[in-house]
Amino acid sequence: MKRVAVIVVLLIGLLLAWAVRDFPSWGDPHAPASSSPVSSHFISSTGVDTEVPNMVTAVLADYRGFDTMFETVVVFIAGLAVVSILRGGPRRRTRDREFVVNFEPDLIVTNTVRLIVPVIQIFAFYVLAHGHVSPGGGFQGGVAMGASFILIALSWDLKTALARFPLDRCFTVAALGIVIYAGIGLLSMFLGGEFLDYAHLAEAFPVSPEMARYHAMLGVEIGVGFTVTAIMFALYASLSTDGRMRDGL
Amino acid sequence: MSDPIVWIVLFPLFGAVLCALAGPWARTICYPVSILSMIASVWASVNTLLQAVEASTHEVSYILGGWSLDLFPRGVGIEFRADILGGLITLVVTGVGLIVTLYSRLPVQRETPGKESMYYGLFLLQIAGLAGIALTGDAFNLYVLIEVAALTGYGLIALGSNRAAAATFNYVILGTIGASFYLLGVGYLYLKTGTLNMVGIREVIEANQMYDSPAMQVAFVLVLLGILIKMAFFPFHAWLPNAYCHAPTTTSCLLAPLVTKVMIYVMIRMILTVFGVEFTFESTLWTEVMPWLVVVAIVCAAVMALAQREIKRMLAYLIVAEVGYMVGGVWIYNYYGLIGSIFHVISDACMTLCLFLGAGIILQKCKTTHFDGLRGLFARMPLTMIGFFIGGFSIIGLPPTCGFFSKWYLITGGMVSERWEYMVTLMFSTMVMVILFFRLIERMHLAVSESGQNLGKGHGDLGLTERQTRFDEAPLSMLIPLLLAASVVLIVGVYNQEIVDQIEIFLQPFDLPTGVHYE
Amino acid sequence: MFEEGSIFTQLLVERLNYFIYVVLLLIGLWAMIAKNNLIKKLIGMSIFQTAIILFYVSIGVKEGATIPIYLPEHDPHASHGSAEHNDAAVSGPQVLEVSEVSGYTNPLPHVLMLTAIVVGVATLGLALSICLRIYRGYGTVEEDDLLLKLEQEDSRNAGGFKKRRPRKRPSSTKASSGAAQAVSSEKSKSDRAGQGNRRSRSKSPAKKTQSSSTSDGKKPARRRPRPKKPKERDS
Repeated sequence: MKRVAVIVVLLIGLLLAWAVRDFPSWGDPHAPASSSPVSSHFISSTGVDTEVPNMVTAVLADYRGFDTMFETVVVFIAGLAVVSILRGGPRRRTRDREFVVNFEPDLIVTNTVRLIVPVIQIFAFYVLAHGHVSPGGGFQGGVAMGASFILIALSWDLKTALARFPLDRCFTVAALGIVIYAGIGLLSMFLGGEFLDYAHLAEAFPVSPEMARYHAMLGVEIGVGFTVTAIMFALYASLSTDGRMRDGL
Repeated sequence: MSDPIVWIVLFPLFGAVLCALAGPWARTICYPVSILSMIASVWASVNTLLQAVEASTHEVSYILGGWSLDLFPRGVGIEFRADILGGLITLVVTGVGLIVTLYSRLPVQRETPGKESMYYGLFLLQIAGLAGIALTGDAFNLYVLIEVAALTGYGLIALGSNRAAAATFNYVILGTIGASFYLLGVGYLYLKTGTLNMVGIREVIEANQMYDSPAMQVAFVLVLLGILIKMAFFPFHAWLPNAYCHAPTTTSCLLAPLVTKVMIYVMIRMILTVFGVEFTFESTLWTEVMPWLVVVAIVCAAVMALAQREIKRMLAYLIVAEVGYMVGGVWIYNYYGLIGSIFHVISDACMTLCLFLGAGIILQKCKTTHFDGLRGLFARMPLTMIGFFIGGFSIIGLPPTCGFFSKWYLITGGMVSERWEYMVTLMFSTMVMVILFFRLIERMHLAVSESGQNLGKGHGDLGLTERQTRFDEAPLSMLIPLLLAASVVLIVGVYNQEIVDQIEIFLQPFDLPTGVHYE
Repeated sequence: MFEEGSIFTQLLVERLNYFIYVVLLLIGLWAMIAKNNLIKKLIGMSIFQTAIILFYVSIGVKEGATIPIYLPEHDPHASHGSAEHNDAAVSGPQVLEVSEVSGYTNPLPHVLMLTAIVVGVATLGLALSICLRIYRGYGTVEEDDLLLKLEQEDSRNAGGFKKRRPRKRPSSTKASSGAAQAVSSEKSKSDRAGQGNRRSRSKSPAKKTQSSSTSDGKKPARRRPRPKKPKERDS
């Protein structure tokens, strides 16, 4: 098996290295990828089309918003699948477990976390909301938000964290995130545009089409943030307890 | 709703979200919600197909996000394109999805108790992903949708027993390698062409005459390799039999007809729309090598199917063999071969559905699909067996069923382009399938054990008690979908000419050889 | 060796990033194919995906360009803010000139990789949960160990129907099921010896459902003398 693997890996390596010689040289501004009309359009006209200074956010949430919607769906799928794979089913009895975690929450740790968590959460909101003008956005903010709940679970125990964010609510919030995203898309469809054509939201709200795109992107990112926050925590809770939802790490 | 094309994907998506939202409180609504969203999705795909057929360009283009081609360069937004091929495949995907959804009530309750809402959520997202693959016109969006379909597939399989989870792990590893190779190939394409839109890529390739560029060649190899892994082409088939064999019934009914076929659609799409016929068949290397790989694939898969003693596992190997048929039909580089390939994608989806639905009923009723547990099934469940064997006869290729016509075109293609090895292999594998299915009939209908010993007391006696042969048909919620699938097999067979006409309209613009070249 | 135009120069100097990505990709692929431990395979999968991310991000690099966020002079909102500049306020955001476009890197690869990262995380989470499930069911995450156990389970399940109709079995099946019996009887011995660890493994849930004779409670099954029905039908 290992020999076959070596041969396969080396063959693929040779193939890839052979193709590397044909690549445009490093950082070449005239390479097709950098000079194509698509990429030039993103750089030159994002400001005109959407008034968003961060092109990555604009491309992510607007030009390629459909990709991002399914990306959110992928996160949602991961949550659904992990929880449903681990939930239920025959399992070995508790006394066969290799490790038993038995501890009291540490005073210093819990008090530090008590101080840190609000800051993390505010930072998460900042990252989410400020994604238009600086690096950031729904995914990053959502992960930071999810991390704050995971931190609670790590410093106290999972029960404390689940008391604040039960698993059922995780899925409600995650589904809500997708509903927000797809709902904004649908709303723009009902207002006469194509799916996810945020410019048509201007007909329902007192803004210019460009600013409609700008604000709709924020809404979409909030939806993404909902889903990512909830699913990150659900993943942690399921994986760390083998689906039992009690006495995890 | 003037744009049914986007609703094809949106209905299952919203259905899935609704199922997940309803989850813990209202488990019972999942089944009706799934059925409703699937009916709506089928309706939308029928409309889309009709639009594509009636349009003068024979395609429906829909730019998501309003980045219309008139105002912006192609490739700025993501495009949904349904030409006739895409429309047909979408209809197959949603249709199979609807039938399996109808069928799913009892098996899901029995096999995944307490997880219905999650199961239906994943189930509908799987259909949304597969339908999206058939519709999208953007190479990277295709990757995202492939991953949507793959992740839901992993989840749906691993939901079952521990054995299913163990089988899924290989699928995860191989599936990720496949999808990553595809992603890498798209990266190479983007590096060389600067766009991700499928039509845009081909335009750049043709405009710059990139036929000899090593990076493009490697991109082609990577994309093809990724798709071949995903479709379980022979040397990469290792994940398929175990995964489909141990998966929950409904999962295997949904995945077996669709996943491999949709991947073959992706291959055809890549060859025709992205790389272009000229690029693909320019180098004779591929057209020389691939048919021989196909021959090896079909022979090995058929022989392995012969060795199986369990229906679901046997069917899984049959799928591997069928994949060989369709890949071969594409790579013999011939008009008729390609028609056969496309038509076989459709008919194989129908007949595989039929067989897996039947196998699911057998599993439900007999608690096994092992050959030795099947005696007397014709007496017990005549209707189920009729449905099951209509699928079986279609796989063999008996005339009124759709399998016959698609195989006819494949063999014609092999003959016209003088790929005798492909033709002979098709004949060989047909023989193998005759053996497989008539062995099953013998086992179910007659009182003969494997060693040829007669277990009954005389003519017409199965050697079973009265109770074992009593009429005991499958529950209606499972039987009706099976008979529906069987009738679809027959209807597609009877109306094959209409479908082939549409495929011919689709293939007209591509310059494919239609006859033998005489110098 | 590093003269102008040689393959080493092309690979290691001019296109170092692409070279590193190939090496990373191969490391990941090797781990996925050849490693025995399932978790190590997943680590390989992560490396593999990271390599692809490195590749894509390398595409986006443009010499002398900054990150794809508008500088203050191009910021679409800066003009609104500085209302004194009448001409700027009237014209609003401008389409950038070609020379200005070359000052920003290509945003598209970054967006694509954001998607790929998320997909990678989702796949990893799912694969880990499958690993947990495998460990729960079979007590191992080593592939060869797992394959052995799966083979035993499969041959046990397939054996369920041969009971009623004795017939000649092909030698291969016989050998494998024989091996399965040997292992299971060994297990029962160690059970009686009371080795907790072995016992927990032999009590895999799949075994509980294997056949009617052993499904009625664990204790009677363990006490019963082992050479039972399967042996009889062999002879």
